[in-house]
Amino acid sequence: MVKLISTKNLLNYSAENGEVYRVSTNASLPSVLRKSEALIISDEQQEIPAGYGLVLSKEPREGCSTLSEDLWHLTDGDVVRVDANRNLIRALYRKNANANFLFVTERCNSFCLMCSQPPRDVDDGHLIEELISAVPLFDPSTMELGITGGEPTLLGDRFIALLRTIKNHLPHTAVHVLTNGRTASHKELVVEIAKLQHPDLMFGIPLYSDIASRHDFVVQAKGAFDETIRGILNLKSYSQKVEIRVVLHKQTYERLPDLARFIARNFQFVDHVALMGLEITGFTRANLDELWIDPLDYQDQLKEAVHILTRAGIRTSIYNLQLCLLPKSLWEFSVKSISDWKNKYYPECSGCSERHGCGGFFESSDLKRSPNIRALTFAKP
Amino acid sequence: MALAKRFKQLDHFSLETTGAYNLLPFNFHKLTAEKYFCANLVGEHLFLTQQELKKLVGGTLPTSSDTYLELKSKHFLYGLDSDAAIDLLALKFRTKHHRIAQFTALHIFVVTLRCDYTCQYCQVSRRMEDEGDFDMSHESAEASLEMLFLSPAKSVKIEFQGGEPLLNFELIKFIVETALAKNISHQKNLEFVVTTNLSMLDEDVLDFCEVHGIYLSTSLDGPKDLHNRNRPKASRNGYETTVAGIRRIQERIGPDKISALMTTTAASIEMPREIIDTYVELKFHSIFLRPLSPYGFAIKTKQAAKYNSERWLEFFKEGLDYIIELNQAGYFLVEQYTRIILRKLLTAENPGYVDLQSPAGIGISVIVYNYDGDVYASDEARMLKEMGDEKFRLGNVHNDTYEQIFSADSLLEGLEETLVESVPMCSECGYQTLCGSDPVYHYATQGDVVGKKPLSFFCNKNMGVITHILNLLQEPKTRKTLESWI
Repeated sequence: MVKLISTKNLLNYSAENGEVYRVSTNASLPSVLRKSEALIISDEQQEIPAGYGLVLSKEPREGCSTLSEDLWHLTDGDVVRVDANRNLIRALYRKNANANFLFVTERCNSFCLMCSQPPRDVDDGHLIEELISAVPLFDPSTMELGITGGEPTLLGDRFIALLRTIKNHLPHTAVHVLTNGRTASHKELVVEIAKLQHPDLMFGIPLYSDIASRHDFVVQAKGAFDETIRGILNLKSYSQKVEIRVVLHKQTYERLPDLARFIARNFQFVDHVALMGLEITGFTRANLDELWIDPLDYQDQLKEAVHILTRAGIRTSIYNLQLCLLPKSLWEFSVKSISDWKNKYYPECSGCSERHGCGGFFESSDLKRSPNIRALTFAKP
Repeated sequence: MALAKRFKQLDHFSLETTGAYNLLPFNFHKLTAEKYFCANLVGEHLFLTQQELKKLVGGTLPTSSDTYLELKSKHFLYGLDSDAAIDLLALKFRTKHHRIAQFTALHIFVVTLRCDYTCQYCQVSRRMEDEGDFDMSHESAEASLEMLFLSPAKSVKIEFQGGEPLLNFELIKFIVETALAKNISHQKNLEFVVTTNLSMLDEDVLDFCEVHGIYLSTSLDGPKDLHNRNRPKASRNGYETTVAGIRRIQERIGPDKISALMTTTAASIEMPREIIDTYVELKFHSIFLRPLSPYGFAIKTKQAAKYNSERWLEFFKEGLDYIIELNQAGYFLVEQYTRIILRKLLTAENPGYVDLQSPAGIGISVIVYNYDGDVYASDEARMLKEMGDEKFRLGNVHNDTYEQIFSADSLLEGLEETLVESVPMCSECGYQTLCGSDPVYHYATQGDVVGKKPLSFFCNKNMGVITHILNLLQEPKTRKTLESWI
């Protein structure tokens, strides 16, 4: 688990220098470039070079801000945001991470039972402005960027502005937006998105049931099902890529084959379906008894759903489930999906021959995980 | 334990009470005393008991029941919580019918009516090998290609028919090369197939087919005695020639380049297993159990009248059972007609098979350029003409424009008058979305494009086949086999 936030000792920092910096360990950059860089100074460095937007030191040092150990992983090309008021520094982008997510707002129009990022109704418009100014600092060879919240599309024009900035500064980067799709039920937003003509943009949209009231219950919003359905239809009618995401838990697993049939019949044109294990964080903790089911107990439904979807020619993946819980026939659909900064393994896993192909666990699996986790000792066929 | 306080229970979101739902259109068909097959206008389907059906229609189905949820999921009804069903039905209807805007997919070129075989059941009334004036001219071929490229279809298949088309191989080469040259500017997905008895197959033909990725389709009626009896040839070695040709193509340009079709005669009808074995022995993974069509010599020689639909269905069922058995024994073999029905039943798509569409496939799925430049609405339409009836002759490539041909009265009336959604008996049939309309067949057999369905072999056959397939799907192991064909 890699920590992304540190709240220590932002000495000698003045917000006038701007709030977003690219990390550098090069103390001899041309001085005209230094203003937008955060230098991590090495202990051997005798003098503190002038002109850097921010100078960070691993050990307390006169004239430097101290970088807490949680952020010692920061390296050249990473991008950080500095919040002087809260004495906080946060990694926005890590050049070598297998996934980078841009967190654009805490606000949301749904209130999902298992939300991993419980929404708050706050005025956090500064978040997206900082990201819009940070994107040009990202490495253009970045493979993929995620956009998440909250509900990113609630930001309307500013959401479009972020997408445009990404497209213009990182033209080769794939973009994956996590959205509930409800605002896309209004054509206007979809038209604006389509106008960007982004070459590699995908919308990941959750659909929890083939039955409207069940979906509305899971997302705790009346009418959400119809909005999401119409959002998917609008996005596809403007040739946008759509992924349907289904979180598997006690309220969704029983009708999973029905949902798969529904998707195969109605949304055969979607680009991907992700069937996802539950992350024990956020609201899931509060509702654990109503959500938790040992994944081993829904494998029949999962198998049938994957069969229905793949037979309809729909690309299908399984996320967040450990190989020892899946029947071998489903292994080929399993993806190592947990971001490197939050995945881990447990003592039960020691000696497992399949760890290289297994996504492992969320940090939050400390709280709850299947009692059937075990080390496998055979080779993948 | 329950949800945390800030969350609402499922009841809060379920706005339905018994009776508070709206029915959407659907048809049903009684399978057994207790079991009803119900299907809506996009082919979503389920089985209900008579009780359930009555409750559903009477508005008394409990909204908490699994049946209610299934009906709702499949858009037979919608409740107070959601009306997305109507958008989704519209979408599925468009998907099922998107081929209409993409007409015409199959263009048949009758490059000659001459043939070296003397089949009793010949449905196209072939001419002797040495008769003159039955070959298509270069001018007719060019004019037909002009017309072909006016089709809105992006994917176009050119099928060479006869007679025996390889008797006019020079024209086939001309058409393929001209079509490819024209296609540089048109950019359609072009595919070619030659329907041939393979007796004229030689290195030149193989080379040409290999270079241009041309498919070959032949007739294979079954084992040697049956095949030679059904398909006589002066040299009496039709079976040997055909089998040798099939093997040669499989080895030389690949097994997927050759397919075969069988026609069921009175002699065939006794031996479905032997026929199927012939296909397996030749390593075919596809067979199409087809009845005789009542055209051409099949009528003249009374071949088509020798068995009725009941007898044909027995043959079909026995054959299909055996094919399923072979699949379960480890040999993958698809029965094509069953596959078409299954795709209509179990997928969101429409396989676009000419005979099972509404509007009918004439003109929309297929068009025929006859050797003399005449244009016909389907292969059967030109068969009818050779019997002296020009009802479905749409025009001539030299005298008529594309617009004149595709708005010919006989075509448009044939399409408009035979929509299954409006035709007596079809309009209320539970199998409506699995079936289709065949105006040429009904005109040929009953003198009317609609026809009386109880007297129709087409209707009896499809009712029987579909019922049989629905019954087969009830058995899980068989269902798995059938699903693997989609």
